[in-house]
Amino acid sequence: MRLRANTAIGGALVTLLLGTAITAMFWTPFDPLRINLRARLQPPSSLYWLGTDEFGRDVLSRVMVGAGASVVISLLTVLLAVAAGMAIGCAAGYIRGWTDRIIMAVNDALLAFPGILLALAVMIVVGANKVGLILALGLAYIPSVVRVVRGTVLSIREKEYIEASRVIGNSEAYSMIRHVMPNAIAPVAVLTTSMFGWVLLAESALSFLGLGVPPPAPTWGNMLAASRPFMETAAWLSIAPGLCIALTLLGVNLLGDSLRDRLDPRMAHG
Amino acid sequence: MLGYLARRLAMTIPTLLLVAIAVFALVRLIPGDPVQVMLGDSADPVQAAQLRAQLGLDQPIPLQFMHWIAKLAAGDFGHSITNNLAVLPLILDRFQVSAVIVLVAVAAAACIAVPAGLIAAWKQNSLLDLSVVGGATLLLSIPSFWLGLLLLLLFGLKLKWLPVIGYVPFSENFWQAATFILLPIVTLTMIEIGVLTRMARAASIEVLRLEYVTHARAKGVPEWLVLGRHVLPNAFAPTWTLIGLVLGHLLGGIAVIETVFTLPGLGRLLVDSIFARDYPVVQGCLLFTAVIYVVVNLIVDLCYPLFDPRVTVA
Amino acid sequence: MTLLAVDNLRIEAASGGTAVVDDVSFAIERGEFLAVVGESGSGKTAAARAVLGLLPPGLRKVGGRIVLDGVDLATAASRRMRALRGPTVGMVFQEPMVSLNPAISVGAQMAEGLRLHERIGKSEIKRRCLDMLARVQIRDPDRTYDAYPHEFSGGMRQRIMLASVMLLKPKLLIADEPTTALDTLTQREVLDLMVGLARDHGTSVMLITHNLGLVSRYAQRALVLRQGRMVESGTSRQILAAPREAYTRQLVEALPRRGAATGRRQSGDPLVSVRGLKVAFAGRQRLFRRDAGVSAVNGVDLDIGAGETVAVVGGSGSGKTTLGRAMLRLIPTSGGEIRFRGKDVTTTADREFRLASQLVFQDPYSSLDPRMRLGEIVAEPLRHVPELTVGERDRRVEAMLEEVGLAGLARRWPHELSGGQRQRVAIARAIVRQPAFVVADEPVSALDMTIQAQVLKLFERLQAQYGFACLFISHDLAAVEQVADRVVVMQGGQIVEQGSRDDIFDRPQHDYTKALLAAAPVLDFAGTAVARVSG
Repeated sequence: MRLRANTAIGGALVTLLLGTAITAMFWTPFDPLRINLRARLQPPSSLYWLGTDEFGRDVLSRVMVGAGASVVISLLTVLLAVAAGMAIGCAAGYIRGWTDRIIMAVNDALLAFPGILLALAVMIVVGANKVGLILALGLAYIPSVVRVVRGTVLSIREKEYIEASRVIGNSEAYSMIRHVMPNAIAPVAVLTTSMFGWVLLAESALSFLGLGVPPPAPTWGNMLAASRPFMETAAWLSIAPGLCIALTLLGVNLLGDSLRDRLDPRMAHG
Repeated sequence: MLGYLARRLAMTIPTLLLVAIAVFALVRLIPGDPVQVMLGDSADPVQAAQLRAQLGLDQPIPLQFMHWIAKLAAGDFGHSITNNLAVLPLILDRFQVSAVIVLVAVAAAACIAVPAGLIAAWKQNSLLDLSVVGGATLLLSIPSFWLGLLLLLLFGLKLKWLPVIGYVPFSENFWQAATFILLPIVTLTMIEIGVLTRMARAASIEVLRLEYVTHARAKGVPEWLVLGRHVLPNAFAPTWTLIGLVLGHLLGGIAVIETVFTLPGLGRLLVDSIFARDYPVVQGCLLFTAVIYVVVNLIVDLCYPLFDPRVTVA
Repeated sequence: MTLLAVDNLRIEAASGGTAVVDDVSFAIERGEFLAVVGESGSGKTAAARAVLGLLPPGLRKVGGRIVLDGVDLATAASRRMRALRGPTVGMVFQEPMVSLNPAISVGAQMAEGLRLHERIGKSEIKRRCLDMLARVQIRDPDRTYDAYPHEFSGGMRQRIMLASVMLLKPKLLIADEPTTALDTLTQREVLDLMVGLARDHGTSVMLITHNLGLVSRYAQRALVLRQGRMVESGTSRQILAAPREAYTRQLVEALPRRGAATGRRQSGDPLVSVRGLKVAFAGRQRLFRRDAGVSAVNGVDLDIGAGETVAVVGGSGSGKTTLGRAMLRLIPTSGGEIRFRGKDVTTTADREFRLASQLVFQDPYSSLDPRMRLGEIVAEPLRHVPELTVGERDRRVEAMLEEVGLAGLARRWPHELSGGQRQRVAIARAIVRQPAFVVADEPVSALDMTIQAQVLKLFERLQAQYGFACLFISHDLAAVEQVADRVVVMQGGQIVEQGSRDDIFDRPQHDYTKALLAAAPVLDFAGTAVARVSG
């Protein structure tokens, strides 16, 4: 029952997010960048569903475009982190020996930095723009993927069907690709959904601090930052973007939970 | 035991070394002349020459690195470019603020999360369990900076119970200082309860499945004793690891909380110095944070034999 | 007075529907020994747990009555139930590795029960625990009392468990497959101990087992369950010697028995020959030195002729598994030589040897890649036979699956099959390339008795048909009796005795061989089966 609720609610929220992001590429109620000083700081109304900000820009439109930005950045980051992480983790876990030791030493050193700090550090070098952000966040999360993948590969390679593959006469490379990798996908899939959430949160946090995507391009993070001076007078500016982040994260987490439950081998064998 | 300690300490050395190399390389990787990068284009030539000498930029890189490490070991983290204060004392000063918030929040969260997770696992799939899991998932989905803003809005601006901006160190005035850090701690605690409860519950479920729990019940041991004596100590280990990771990661994420509540902590120091291109301070903060992370995880590891006798000195 | 009376017990899955136990009734008198026999899915564990009132969360008692020592369990309050658990009924479980709390010392766990149920002081509690530890033949009771469970082997943990339970002098002891996870020799010791302890205190015993040999040796009465239903009950002698029901007969017949000597004596040069083989594992790498290693195989000479089945038997730690893997060159050797068809293959990677030899694994649950269909699994070895066209390969796979009784299931996934079926797939995979040499590592140990019989028969048939030589590794002498031509007994990494099957079984020379034979579960009505556990 919990499984179905998780999937339903999580799926609905994520679909809402993706739908909004895609819609925003083609249409928004108002131009998110257009300044209209006569309509400054309007509370939510039938015209401006989420009100306007200090420049008279429609909050709903900005939120929608922000969704798009967040989704694209997070997706690309996760792709980068998972692709690189799987390759490195598999190599470390399967080949072992010095390859493994060196990779793990570097990995542990990178893990010693909290994700955001690592991203910050990389951004200092590459500069604060969308590509830089993706690179920085991706690099910051590769070590986590490597660790999980390596752990999974280590346990898989002890299984008898890997030994069986050797007995048949298959080469080590074949065994790794044909037998290890497909079985390593399940935990990585769960990790991927969680990571999407972390990355989204990290990106919002960086934008909130002013170190992410710079204004006027709207992301939920920098919208929240900009709302601070108006907290008392225009509370809706603080509520809308934050609520979006929270709902998206909730959806992603619930979906991740249901994925993990479904892939749990104990449940798979009913 | 001493051997185990020595071995674990030895294992951290390569990590710390790589961390130092990474931090050192950071500034060198920024395109352009490091001195100009640090001082900006409108640099005072005297200051530039001073900095150049200080950094020893005319020497080969490995030598520069050695000098830098030597100075670090002596406690000299350099000086801030913006205000010429010594970096290390500055960091330590700010760290006190961050540390108090993080430690109190995580401790409070753990005290609530572990029993909650245990009870939820005990009554798995009941309404109580579902509410606990639902609540925890909700809490960890909320971005900390948003929650902070909302609490500030409610308790600071609307209800006016607590101050909105500012900070007073504990040494000056205990109660006033407490009002300034109450909200940040509450914010952080709420989020961490979400994270820790789920892990505590998952670990407890695993343990409740095991035969020795049934064996204890088969001896006639009452439920509360089964939970307290047989389940809790064995379920605690994974949560303890997570606590270590959380403590470490909050050292990075604390920046947003400190920004929301305008607290003079380590996170804000880092962000401010990034904006100000005050690279000695940036390097100092990164290095310090990484070392603390490694130390915290070391302590967490060393505590393991306390609850899991299987983890021996071997 | 009847100690335990179970009437029309019915247990269902909590989610409704399937009955795990359906209308089961039995009784146990004071001092009696009842064996509950069944294979997996028979409901025997659920019935036992119900007596303790400790059904797992997925099961629910929906009907019937259980009266334990005069108390109707259905009406007993939880406090009353807790008072019964321990002094009235005690339970010993199957898995020694998870039956003791790793975070608490052995002594503390043993004392826990005593502290709950008896009003005696701390020093008296400790004294009783130490006495009991000595009684279960633990060598150093004082040190054991303060030690932690992980420091002990499986056999010792079972003894500690037994001591802990018997400390409370229960009137009824329920033992759920207490020795299945143990080595053959240890099994015998622990069970004898259990029976001895029961006799000391006049405890009735309910032994749950799938092993008919144990039933014949220890139980006075037996109850056979199948899929939650009672099949037959009566005295153990009657059930085993003259079973009335078809299923019971099937179970008894599943006990491997010696066939006629196949007379497959080795003629000519041996197919695989091993001389002075040594396999040593390096010790753990410490900071500045390496621990002394373990010598798993210590100088073994062995010949296997074409088409012959040589069985290697021994307890855990004898080196038999390591020998098998070393002979297939899956693990490196540290001395000696291996010859295949006369060629030295000890160090060089010989392709011909690799392709002509195969391995059947013990665990049907981890030897098949869960992400491959059955057809793909069986077809994989044929990758290395390039002369086959795709069509020919598919036909061979289909033919092979049919041979092992899994016709038409090529599109299925491993998790859809039972343990016995998976083992058949593993065998099909091993045979599909018609190898000359097959190493079978405990191929039937993880299976139910009736399934074991089927798989062994299959194995025999395939060998007769394809004529491969086989190294059959097992700790179960009974299975070996059925399939082996020659038997090799290993202990501590060396061969202590070898000979033809009949020689070894009828005229064992070495003490270890004799001990293994004595420990083997065969139908043996001599001894305690007839004598009643006096109460």
